[in-house]
Amino acid sequence: MTDRSSEWLVDEPLRGGQVWSRVLKRGQALRLTDVEGNASVAALLFNADFPLERYNMPDTLKAQHIARLTSGTVLYSDMGRVLCSVIADTCGWHDTITGLQNSAQSLKKYGPGDYQALRNDWHRNSRDNLLVELAKYELGKRDFGPNLNFFVKVAVDAEGKLGWVPGNSKPGAYVELRAEMNTLVLLSNTPHPLDPATTYGTKPVHLGVRLAESVRADDACRTSCPENERGFALTEAYFR
Amino acid sequence: MSLSESSLDPKLASFDTVLGSGLGFSHLVKRGETFRIVDLEGNQAVDTLFYDAKDPTERYSAVDTIRTQGGLYLTTGSPLVSTEGRVMLTITADTCGRHDTVGGACAAESNQVRYSIDKKYMHSCRDNFLLEIQERRPELTLRDLTANINFFMNVPVSPEGELHFDDGISAPGRYVEMRAESDVIVLISNCPQLNNPCNGYNPTPVRLLVWSA
Repeated sequence: MTDRSSEWLVDEPLRGGQVWSRVLKRGQALRLTDVEGNASVAALLFNADFPLERYNMPDTLKAQHIARLTSGTVLYSDMGRVLCSVIADTCGWHDTITGLQNSAQSLKKYGPGDYQALRNDWHRNSRDNLLVELAKYELGKRDFGPNLNFFVKVAVDAEGKLGWVPGNSKPGAYVELRAEMNTLVLLSNTPHPLDPATTYGTKPVHLGVRLAESVRADDACRTSCPENERGFALTEAYFR
Repeated sequence: MSLSESSLDPKLASFDTVLGSGLGFSHLVKRGETFRIVDLEGNQAVDTLFYDAKDPTERYSAVDTIRTQGGLYLTTGSPLVSTEGRVMLTITADTCGRHDTVGGACAAESNQVRYSIDKKYMHSCRDNFLLEIQERRPELTLRDLTANINFFMNVPVSPEGELHFDDGISAPGRYVEMRAESDVIVLISNCPQLNNPCNGYNPTPVRLLVWSA
């Protein structure tokens, strides 16, 4: 086994309740590992060089005819470019359509969990966490579009009814994003609102950033559909 | 799917207009007023966003709407939920039966990805939104555009997580009606898309009506 300290540019825990952000440079890869299983990490992504361009849920879904993310899929911006590719995934399903929890919903579901009583184990929620982190980049509510939920699976039946799928993510499951643009990634390790657990609970996640192998012509994300071939071509043209 | 008709009489509407395809539109709908969109010729996608009139940083949220009602498609009884978790409007009548929440709006750039690099010249919903807000809603910019509703559009998602653009289930004269629970700005693009069946390859006009509370 190689020495991780020389390979990983970032190698750090994302504690339960914690928010995190970083500009992932084009060519870097971010790995999220669900250490104990059943984690839930809400995410927002922006073009770090021009944050008016951001992850676009509908464009991501309709370009690839998918409603969930796994390896071989990519995350589109609203400008027809690929922000990040999912180059590895041992979980199999990451949610794109069910959003996140705010403070009122958290209070209603779990009861009081204030800082005064619980100190840094207080009940943080994804909405407030991400608003705080967005503000550090002069971003805010106007920039807060539909988010991703890593390690979460909510399936849809023939009538469109949602169903939370328990046990979607096993201990040690990981997903890895390769940045195709300089991408501002914001993550919040906070409970998903559809998790049926009635007590506030979070799971530890581990984050690693490394240099990805360069994108080859036969790259699995690039070649998974003709739309992605065009998305990669448009992204390369942007950096030319 | 929950088909239901309205008892409101178009002759008594306080606002009544026809919007051609490929055009943008915006209007203030006040609390208690009812807003109706009529698919005059059938299978016309109507891309729609809502903003709180007093604080436009609060706006319609696709993911909060989907999660709150526990379902992907909109029909009678569906609450249209804001980014703050509040019900902005409620669908009170629907003779179509299913409206899309995840297909979003077409744009010059996404058309290039979806169809062909040389499709950038084609007219799109995002262009309609951007012209309408610059001309009539200066409080809004590109920054405020988010995942919209597509009234009358059929975008089923399978249990395996696949998404399809199916032929529409709407027909001439079908309508959807919603009551505003607070003052909202409605922003519409009457979709000009020619590359997929969302408009039956033939974009057509819609009728927009408002009834006072």
